[in-house]
Amino acid sequence: MTLAKKRAMTAYLFLAVPLVFFIGVRFGPMLYAMLRSLTDWSLLRKTNQFIGLSNFKAVLGDPVFLKALANTLKYAIVGAPIVIALSLGIALLLNRIARARGFFRLIYILPYITPIVAVSWVWRWMYQTPPLGILNAIFSALGLPAMEFLLSPNQALYSIVAVNIWVELGYCTTVFLAGIQTIPMDCIEAARIDGASSRQILFGIVLPLLMPITLFLMIMQGIQFLRIFTPVYNMSAQAMGGPLDSTKSAALYIYQEAFTKFELGRASAASLVLFAIIMAVTLAQLKLFDKKANGEVES
Amino acid sequence: MKRFKGSGLVLIVLLILAAQAVQAAPVKITYWQYFYQSKVDLMNDLIKQFEAQNPDIKVEQVTFPYESYNQKVATSIPVGEGPDVINLYGGWLPMYVKAGYIQPLPQAQFTDSYMKASYFPFVLDAVNFGGKLYSAPTAVRSLALIWNKKLFKEAGLDPEKPPRTLDELADYARKLSKYDGQGNLIQAGLAMQPNGQGHSWLRDVLFRQFGGAPYDATGRKVAYDSAQGVAALQWYMDRIMKDKVGYPNFLTDDVTAFKAQKAAMTIDGSFRIGTFKALSDLEWGVAELPSNKGVQSNFASFWTHAIVSGVKGKQLDASVKFLKFITSPEAMEQWLARVGELPANPKIAQAHKDDPLTSVFMKGLSYAHSTIFVDEAGQRTLFVDMIDEINLKGTKVADALRQTAAKEQKLIDDFWAK
Repeated sequence: MTLAKKRAMTAYLFLAVPLVFFIGVRFGPMLYAMLRSLTDWSLLRKTNQFIGLSNFKAVLGDPVFLKALANTLKYAIVGAPIVIALSLGIALLLNRIARARGFFRLIYILPYITPIVAVSWVWRWMYQTPPLGILNAIFSALGLPAMEFLLSPNQALYSIVAVNIWVELGYCTTVFLAGIQTIPMDCIEAARIDGASSRQILFGIVLPLLMPITLFLMIMQGIQFLRIFTPVYNMSAQAMGGPLDSTKSAALYIYQEAFTKFELGRASAASLVLFAIIMAVTLAQLKLFDKKANGEVES
Repeated sequence: MKRFKGSGLVLIVLLILAAQAVQAAPVKITYWQYFYQSKVDLMNDLIKQFEAQNPDIKVEQVTFPYESYNQKVATSIPVGEGPDVINLYGGWLPMYVKAGYIQPLPQAQFTDSYMKASYFPFVLDAVNFGGKLYSAPTAVRSLALIWNKKLFKEAGLDPEKPPRTLDELADYARKLSKYDGQGNLIQAGLAMQPNGQGHSWLRDVLFRQFGGAPYDATGRKVAYDSAQGVAALQWYMDRIMKDKVGYPNFLTDDVTAFKAQKAAMTIDGSFRIGTFKALSDLEWGVAELPSNKGVQSNFASFWTHAIVSGVKGKQLDASVKFLKFITSPEAMEQWLARVGELPANPKIAQAHKDDPLTSVFMKGLSYAHSTIFVDEAGQRTLFVDMIDEINLKGTKVADALRQTAAKEQKLIDDFWAK
């Protein structure tokens, strides 16, 4: 065996370890779920049988699942763009300051590294109606009417989105900041010598060069919000995704089907539907933004 | 020959020692319950007492949070990783029996006459499936009105005179409620928490007190979708929407609100006695649930112990012994003293009829009803959502009740059809 071959062999060997992990922990269960979604698998039944597409029919005909899907899209459509826009703004500002930059960065990353369960419970208490919640105490001190937040079917979802945005902000800001710092300074200096304004530099150079990173974050945050579970589980009463299913996400629906009703076949079917949606959204984002990103940078 | 004799003796001694060692190796059994501090502490002590009486048996207690308890059960028992003896809510029995998680109690030790002599009739009805008895509880619970004496005094009410009727209850609740300058409720006159015991108060008490019934005699047909049912639900909703004396999730939940002295009255079970007793600055009293036009009702429920399917041989013998011990009169006495739940044996409960706290719950038990849930969580959620629909979305009481009745009927039908 030549040295090159040996090296390649070693590389493959190391690559095989995560591959085994992926097959065992990701693809295997996924295939298993696909097969199981075609059966009436339930922990309360001793035997189970093939029932074709009945599970898919059942979940797609379940108004609660449709509501959960609609909620899930709301989480993503509202949450992801806001978190991207805000974090980009913060990163640009952080890039400008020289003093205490590390301190500010720390402040923004803190929510992200705090356990999400703790974050959810702290916010749940802050959102409480009078006489308990601090937010309502502030409103009341300012003479504003109290808000129901998590107790209102119209506000609860957005209250949870706000918390998730606050959490994800740190991560996105950090990535954007790293991206900004890779932009070659000579590019910007050249533009400035040519008489470009700060605005032109931002829209003509910085933002186009950040496009690939924006695309990456868009996709990651899109997935993040589409899979939202922990904040909803911890911020709704008895982890039900209420009031009146108004905050129930698809992931929470799947969890409840599987682990409170023990209808694992149905839960498998629902998770495949969610999988298909995430896949479709991600592909659409890739198509849309990738063209834009490459096109603008090249021109 | 002499040498041979000697070694034979040694061999015999060794054999005897070995046999003793085998005998002394204790049988280990596992007991599961959900985490409720006073119950877990008591069970640890009961296990110590049991092990002292039965040195050949070792019992290990394992606990899980209430929220994930059934999940743990459903994933462990079918693959044989579960406990030997398990604690479960009475309302889960149909599910556990149907899923084959638990086995019938052995006839030899738990004879019909023993069970009849040891338990309230409603318990026997609830644990009987196809003529076989599946579980034995230590304690039973009923509901009562619990009130805060200090807040009564503040509102100018006699702290020793709790409301006796629903009209009085509504009146007192209004007097005990406090609002801030903007009209926000800051002290609830009456905690209104359907996801706690509230749904049972409505289901098994209010529906009956307004002349209706939650289910027909078989327990499998929903019967509250009636004029009486509407009247009962309307009364419940009026407290939230018209009088504004409390609302779901005020201060997160009813127990928190009452502990924080921000709810003046609450309807809760006997198991809460232990919880409230631990708070030294809380002055509280317990009264029978208010009646309506002379009709009294109550909701009886219990947590119970069963032997898991597949347990056999020595494990089974040890499990039976343990189950007998934790349902013995002595265990019931300790349970009452430390958890606050009533003895499941009416004769033992009777002995405590002069205790002021216990007697209230015992009186409640004497006219209590017990819904046999097929999907306790699902049926509870239906009531929680019904009340939210009316309160948050403005759905008409009659419409919400009709829709809920249809949904619950489907849930019950689906369970028995499968």
